[in-house]
Amino acid sequence: MRVVIAEDLHLLREGLVALLKAHGFEVVAAVESGPDLLAAMLRERPDVAVVDVRLPPTFTDEGLQAALDARRRIPGLPVLVLSQHVEQLYARELLAGGSGGVGYLLKDRVFNAGQFVDAVRRVAEGGTAMDPEVIAKLLASNARNEPVGRLTPREREVLELMAEGRSNAAIGQRLFLSDSAVGKHTANIFAKLGLAPSDDDNRRVLAVLTFLNGKEAP
Amino acid sequence: MNRRTLTALGHAAGLLAMTAIGQLVALVMLVAVALTFFVGMVFAFPPAVRLTRATTAAHRRLAARWSGVTIDEPYRPAPAPPRPQRDGWYRDGRNLYKTPRVPAFNRRLSWMVNDPATWRDLAYLMLNPWSGGLIVAIPVLLVAAGIPELLDGDLLGLLPAVVAAATAPAVVPWSVRVHGQIAHGLLAPTEKARLAQRVSHLAKTRIDAVDSQAAELRRIERDLHDGAQARIVAIGMTIGAAEQLVDSDPAAAKALLAKASEASATALRELRQVVRGIHPPVLAERGLGDAVRALALDTPLNAHVTVDLPVRPDAPVESAAYFAVSELLTNVVKHSGATEVWIDISHQGTTLRITVTDDGRGGADPGRGTGLRGIERRLAAFDGVLAINSPVGGPTTAVMELTRALESVVPPIPRWKSAILGLCWGLCWLPLFPQGLVAMVMKLVNAPERSWFLALYMPEPLQWPTIIGMILLGSAMLAGAVALTNQAKRAKVDACA
Repeated sequence: MRVVIAEDLHLLREGLVALLKAHGFEVVAAVESGPDLLAAMLRERPDVAVVDVRLPPTFTDEGLQAALDARRRIPGLPVLVLSQHVEQLYARELLAGGSGGVGYLLKDRVFNAGQFVDAVRRVAEGGTAMDPEVIAKLLASNARNEPVGRLTPREREVLELMAEGRSNAAIGQRLFLSDSAVGKHTANIFAKLGLAPSDDDNRRVLAVLTFLNGKEAP
Repeated sequence: MNRRTLTALGHAAGLLAMTAIGQLVALVMLVAVALTFFVGMVFAFPPAVRLTRATTAAHRRLAARWSGVTIDEPYRPAPAPPRPQRDGWYRDGRNLYKTPRVPAFNRRLSWMVNDPATWRDLAYLMLNPWSGGLIVAIPVLLVAAGIPELLDGDLLGLLPAVVAAATAPAVVPWSVRVHGQIAHGLLAPTEKARLAQRVSHLAKTRIDAVDSQAAELRRIERDLHDGAQARIVAIGMTIGAAEQLVDSDPAAAKALLAKASEASATALRELRQVVRGIHPPVLAERGLGDAVRALALDTPLNAHVTVDLPVRPDAPVESAAYFAVSELLTNVVKHSGATEVWIDISHQGTTLRITVTDDGRGGADPGRGTGLRGIERRLAAFDGVLAINSPVGGPTTAVMELTRALESVVPPIPRWKSAILGLCWGLCWLPLFPQGLVAMVMKLVNAPERSWFLALYMPEPLQWPTIIGMILLGSAMLAGAVALTNQAKRAKVDACA
């Protein structure tokens, strides 16, 4: 898989390159600024881009803007955004297109190499990878909503993991449940939230995220 | 006579009475001055000054209410009460006192004597009958003087009263207004007094700002010391222990390393919290509008945000506004029981205005909570104010205004316009004077000299049309230049308003 990496801290950039190379990715470009990133994404058309939000020259949300811009020009271009902090606002913007292939993780998640590489793969395959903190915030701001309040604690756990972008199999592994048990929980969740069930993992995740993002845009 | 005139007449009569009272007060003050400076009965001075100030304060209020002229208080801030020395005595110059009474009196006395506003007040009260007082007095007295004449039946004597009554609708409201304007001359703070007040206000807000800044730094230091710093020390120790165990007991070393990695994640989370408290990352990355949107997304309330900002305010202003909104939202969540909140960020000229409205139960009292006081202090450093309207039963509306928070955006004058402007100002004299007016004079006096006047070289029938054309061209250029300049000036004023 061909990857573009954008990260301005030299050490972290080299670390990411080494990590992804070790897991069989081909790093086609490792850049350190917003304009370079956009150019690299448009030139290389990678299978996935791993992007830091804050990049030179302005050190604002340069990386996020470049990623959104590239996705506007090449619809569905998979992008995994890394940041020191997570904001619902940015998650919303990334998910706004309604198509998959987006990820939004805290930089700390890089510590756990296995899970991080898994997330990169998921995004490259058109899935999503949302940071547990984003999901926690989404659920917190939905806490007063009627349907979310009716979920059982177990269903909430499943919902959280599903919203992070995990497949049924992965959820089962995490919660020590059988596949059929997870399937039953997801069916219940979808019924309670009033969503149309779907067999496709990615589409299901997007439906859940869209639902949770349903709180009126301020 | 209509109602407006009658009201104005009433006001004029009231001002006349105030003028008379002012004379008495001025007399009292003069006596007090004489007692103080010639007899040495200093204790007479402060009460007289207080009386004078009360009287002029009434004049200021009436000027605002009746004449529509707002007059600010011109006095210097009152002196701070004396503080005892370490031995418990109070020092005043070279004398020591056991109680603060004498030093406090001396301070007040010198404050009153040295404030020019004291003497301007006296001058106003003494001069008023001969200036503003006279202007309001004449119509009132003339009308009043007509009443006994009317009773006597002396028609000729009525004439001035009739004239006064007939002109009253125009004259009386005018005289009341002028009285206020004249009062403004002596009762308003002088430029120097205004600056002195501004300096003392700035000194106060600066102390507040520095205090709260220092408190913030202490809080951050404590957070780092107790949180991330302690955790990183623990991580270092855990890794050290793992290092020693790695050969003898690899499984235990592995467990320790896992613990260290967990602790590092916690440390990072705590650092993020600290950073959020110092300067939220969204604010740095996106500015006030999106930062408030992000805040609104994180509240459990249904929040509606509207933002209308042409430019980003300076970072410190932005930060103050952000934390103020954040504090207000926290209050709404904690105390109001509201389910919806509306946040409106807008600008008016260079003023930034933020309104936070909720549908809660109301009854918020700025005097009670320390949170609201904190917001006020934070905003005061930028000349900002917070107004809260919260009737019991709701809804609560908080309005924050920060004047001069935004750079004014003056649209630059387009290049073609400035080129025309320069050309018109630079060259309008040429057709207007030498080629137009001077040539006209030469033509009129039939001067033999033709010099460089174009028109005089023309064939006879074209000479007058050329001269008139030159004058018209010059005038048009001048008019155009003036019009364009005024337009640019207006745009600038509009942008700054």
